[in-house]
Amino acid sequence: MIRIENVSLTRGGARILDDVSLTLPKGGLTALIGPNGAGKSSLLSLIARLQPLQTGRISVDGLPVDGTPGRALAKTLAVLRQDPGVASRLRVRELVGFGRFPHSRGRLTPEDEAVVAATLDQFDLTPLEERFVETLSGGQRQRALIAMTVAQATDYLLLDEPLNNLDMRYARDLMRRLRALADAGRTIVAVLHDVNQAAAYADRIVALRDGRQVAMGAPAEIMTPEILDAVFGYRMRVVDLEGRPMALHHL
Amino acid sequence: MRAVRRASPAGLAGVALLLALASASLFVGAGHLSLARLTQDPAAWTLFAASRLPRTLAAILAGAGLAVAGLVMQTLARNRFVEPMTAGGGQSAALGVLAVTLLWPAASLPVKMAAASAAALAASSLFVAVAQRLPPTQPLLVPLFGLAYGAVLGSALTFLAWRTDLLQYVEIWINGDFSGVLRGRYELLWLAAAATALAWWAADRLTVLSLGRDASVGLGLDYAAMMRLGLVIVSVVSAITVTTVGMIPFVGLVAPNLVTRLVGDHLRRATPWAALAGASLTLGCDVLGRLLRHPYEAPVGTVLGVVGAAAFLWLLFGPRPARA
Repeated sequence: MIRIENVSLTRGGARILDDVSLTLPKGGLTALIGPNGAGKSSLLSLIARLQPLQTGRISVDGLPVDGTPGRALAKTLAVLRQDPGVASRLRVRELVGFGRFPHSRGRLTPEDEAVVAATLDQFDLTPLEERFVETLSGGQRQRALIAMTVAQATDYLLLDEPLNNLDMRYARDLMRRLRALADAGRTIVAVLHDVNQAAAYADRIVALRDGRQVAMGAPAEIMTPEILDAVFGYRMRVVDLEGRPMALHHL
Repeated sequence: MRAVRRASPAGLAGVALLLALASASLFVGAGHLSLARLTQDPAAWTLFAASRLPRTLAAILAGAGLAVAGLVMQTLARNRFVEPMTAGGGQSAALGVLAVTLLWPAASLPVKMAAASAAALAASSLFVAVAQRLPPTQPLLVPLFGLAYGAVLGSALTFLAWRTDLLQYVEIWINGDFSGVLRGRYELLWLAAAATALAWWAADRLTVLSLGRDASVGLGLDYAAMMRLGLVIVSVVSAITVTTVGMIPFVGLVAPNLVTRLVGDHLRRATPWAALAGASLTLGCDVLGRLLRHPYEAPVGTVLGVVGAAAFLWLLFGPRPARA
């Protein structure tokens, strides 16, 4: 369970998050949606203790994120930030291997190697495993970074815009993979820009705007013209496509 | 293990090259020395044990240390174009010794060394702190800042030395030279070797730092503590090198860049290669300096300035490595 209580965040005089309280149950895929500047990434990085809490409390699986040793938390929670700027001469296999760092501190055990090999395979990266990360395309690099995060094998997975740079096929593959991980008991929170991906794969959607939570619920509850208007600030049609709501946000 | 075994033929070739250079270094110099004379002439033996052997070891230790310090610094700053000597480390170490010499002339060598290390640590910490605030989209700003920063510290050093009439004294630290290395005057360089070993021991954690702060924290690494360890390694190596043999430019830049092009940025793999490359480059340039106008010598700092600049230009503009 991720418990967020009265969290506010101010940066340079601007209010990024305004008294957010939110409880996400263990298990399932939660999509964080909202317009640019809504505070989605900031909320995610606060949950992942990547920046200090100013007010309020956050705990993950009962562990307060600001009081738990980093290593213990790294075995519970893995995070991928948007554009971490990793463009180095690390091999893809080495990068994904660093996902095992919280478990083995760098010296990979045979068990770690097996996890890395399986993860490389899942993300279609085995043919690229000896390539330097700096030689990969944007989408390949994104897949390698997600694979590193998944290889960390934590119960909680926080992903900031994981679909960035991915083409349609890999975007669909990733959403299906996340769905499968969630069905296997993992708790996943992902910032998603495409509400239709959120509607198709998530168990629940949390909508933020101007640092406040404006809606939370199952996709069918959120995917209405009224709520989407309240979140994104314009009217879009929502149609029913084979039993699934789909927003025609591009029309 | 797999990586070690795969690299071994190249590794053996590298070690063989270093041994060949070391043999050359032992028998090249103003005084004539040969294996035959070594066994018969006690004076030849004294020359060998008191000067040639220490000089050779000093070049190997300083070269390996500077190359690894450069590699670590490039990892901390996440920038390939920084090295400890030009980015303020060398100048600040010399400033530290100068300050101790002025304030406490009777200070022992370890005290001077500690002052040099502390000064280098302060300067390197400031450098990395600033480097992290520079936009990553402008990678050349970091080395430019490093050059300006090193130049400011260097000017402060020269000014202080000029006002206190110690310019000649300071020259010894600024111009790297192995010709003055004698038995009993280089042994502190083994400490630099220890710092290098420390870098290899912490190689995995230091490599995680190269993924950036967020990824490091996400993986449960104590980012600040690891950053401090890396800075201590860089500072200790810089300070010891400057106080024992003087500033040696380019090794910390060229050797790691050459190595990471071939074996990648993972320090577990790159550290021994960088040490080998740095030692060979430094020793080779020292031998070259002794041969160029035999029996006179060109200081290693000068030779490396030319060789290193040429090598670096080749790294920048030469053929790109195959994108395997």
